[in-house]
Amino acid sequence: MQNNKNEIWAFLASVKLALFTFFALAITSIIGTVIEQGKDMAYYVERFGPGTAKFFQILNVPNMYSSWWFISMLVLFSLNLLVCTIDRFPNIWRLVNLDNLALELDRILKMPKRQVFKSQLSAAELHQEIEKALPGLSWKFESAELDGGRLFAAQKGNWTRLGVIMVHVSILVIFAGAIIGAAFGYKGFVMIPEGRSVKQIYAYDANRTEIPLDFSLRCDRFVLELYDTGAPKEFLSDLVVVKDGQEVLKQSIEVNDPLHYGGLTFYQSSYEAYDEVVLEIENGTSKAKKKFIVGIGEQVVWPEEHLTLGVVNRMGSRMAAFARGQVWLKSGEAEPVQFWVNSGQSALIERPTGNYVLTLRPLYATGLQVTRDPGVWYVYIGCMLMLVGLYVAFFLSHRKIWLYISGSGSGSTLHVAGASNKNKLGFENDFAALIDNLEQSGTLKLTKE
Amino acid sequence: MTSSLLFGIITFTYLAASFLYIGGFIFRSQKAGLVASVLTGLSFLVQTGAIALRWKESYSMGYGHAPMSNMYESLVFFSWAIVIFYMFIEYKFKNRLLGAFAVPFAFLSMALASLTGDEIKPLIPALQSNWLIAHVMTCFVGYAAFAVACGMGIMYLIKSTYDEKADRKGASLLATLPPLSVIDDITHKTIVFGFLWLSAGIITGAIWANSAWGTYWSWDPKETWSLITWFLYAAALHARFTKGWGGKRIAWLAIIGFLAVVFTYYGVNYLLSGLHSYGSSG
Repeated sequence: MQNNKNEIWAFLASVKLALFTFFALAITSIIGTVIEQGKDMAYYVERFGPGTAKFFQILNVPNMYSSWWFISMLVLFSLNLLVCTIDRFPNIWRLVNLDNLALELDRILKMPKRQVFKSQLSAAELHQEIEKALPGLSWKFESAELDGGRLFAAQKGNWTRLGVIMVHVSILVIFAGAIIGAAFGYKGFVMIPEGRSVKQIYAYDANRTEIPLDFSLRCDRFVLELYDTGAPKEFLSDLVVVKDGQEVLKQSIEVNDPLHYGGLTFYQSSYEAYDEVVLEIENGTSKAKKKFIVGIGEQVVWPEEHLTLGVVNRMGSRMAAFARGQVWLKSGEAEPVQFWVNSGQSALIERPTGNYVLTLRPLYATGLQVTRDPGVWYVYIGCMLMLVGLYVAFFLSHRKIWLYISGSGSGSTLHVAGASNKNKLGFENDFAALIDNLEQSGTLKLTKE
Repeated sequence: MTSSLLFGIITFTYLAASFLYIGGFIFRSQKAGLVASVLTGLSFLVQTGAIALRWKESYSMGYGHAPMSNMYESLVFFSWAIVIFYMFIEYKFKNRLLGAFAVPFAFLSMALASLTGDEIKPLIPALQSNWLIAHVMTCFVGYAAFAVACGMGIMYLIKSTYDEKADRKGASLLATLPPLSVIDDITHKTIVFGFLWLSAGIITGAIWANSAWGTYWSWDPKETWSLITWFLYAAALHARFTKGWGGKRIAWLAIIGFLAVVFTYYGVNYLLSGLHSYGSSG
């Protein structure tokens, strides 16, 4: 039983399993990029025939990235990462905290980089001089007696051995964030016509389930800007959050610049043109303003100014469904006038009762994507940890240096040894610099052997 | 002088540099290699200037965006990244013969760009973000490293095949190439470097997607293929670090990995549909 358990553990910790899941995930992922995802069954029947479509349905190919078999592979991948990390951590931790003075002399003197010096000084004198010279080196040494001689040891970057652990843990953190998001978050959408408010959004499911909000969201304005080519330049919505009758937040949002409120994020995602027209009119003298949303043929009144007006006709163009509108306006008892106004442009109207500036534009509803994702910060933290971990794991190394003084009588021997777990070339330079430093120091009286 | 014209000229100078590097390798001419290096360096400077000019042109057209927004601009940037990365390798390893296996990629990228529309177009709202520059730069630094790794892989396979055959004529020609262990080391280091940047590219893309659409990962074909590429290189690195894989196997993985890169970058736009489909409009 114990043996079985060990075998399963070893399997789950193995690199073989990691390589298998890498290739398995890579190859199966291709399916969903070739077969379009998330379509109706009818689509698959038409394209692949009823037999294949049935087979697709059984394996949930139309939503393969959330199918039981793909999720199982991701679970296996996570388990592999987790077990491998737990399995290797003690050994890595031991290497991080290894006492470099506790090594056997034989092993130290056989390190990949080494240099032997003879000194005219006695061992005791050399020891003294080295103690004086050490602070000038870029290494921090500790020392101890060993086999009748004196051993100095220094290291840099022992913690960099944790880089690989950081990378592995980062992937688990990202997965945890994704799971939190899937379990406690949701995605929905809502359309808000300009000038109106909503108190609920709709989930992205077959029933368009209503999700109530504990505040209401109003769209004061929606602007669609186009380039000369007719391609969209910007969608912009002025949103107002109203809670308990109070305007608590006012913000303009555009694509790439969402609104955050109450754990929800509202993204500008689409728009829909309505048949109504937004008509704004301002008294040129008193600066009094009024905004109407009118249907074609509908009549509205601005009683303070004794105005009756409406849009009686509209024209579209190649680029827009509403390009201009014909306004009918009656001021007081004067004869009514009719004139055309281009969408988005203002018209100046002079009437006996006063001057007015009038603008027309089509009414839009802004389309908002709504997301609640309490896991996203875990995902971001995981991503940062991954980048830092990759950098540490690949580009920083654990380097060690030893000095060993031995000898009796008038002369002595200095052994210098070093090792690095990565970036051997860089370490070679470090080591050569140290050797030069020691050799050129007059007080040590060293000659290379 | 327009940026498009300069890019057209650079396409030819990179072609010439490629021939010089290859010629220098085949005829063992130091001089050709030196001329190739100088030509590559000069072309690179002009290309850098042309990218800046294109940036300025987009401002004077009233669009004002970094020249990284469509297939044409990304191919130009790809070749730019390959060259700067290669020049660093040439300097670091003091070997000009490597150019014969790297600079042709820069030429091919420019040649591909010349087949693509070079118009400067305004950015659609989804692309108007500072993440555009971060995302494109990180991805393409990674892709450039993978392109060079692929070149090194090809070099390794050619040299090791001749070494096995002990073909005298070939062997003497290939003796000028760095030893197999050095090529293997460069390939590996280049993959490591590329992997870090590919990871950063995927992450910046995810953060951007989240700020634009509220979803950091949606399994669209581009994302999925970048992940497939990531898995392939992750496999290569694990095989090397823990199983001691090297030599031909890593050389092959460098080539296969780069094919996945090319598909992620180029193939997906034309063969599959998805969020990144605006990349093909260029």
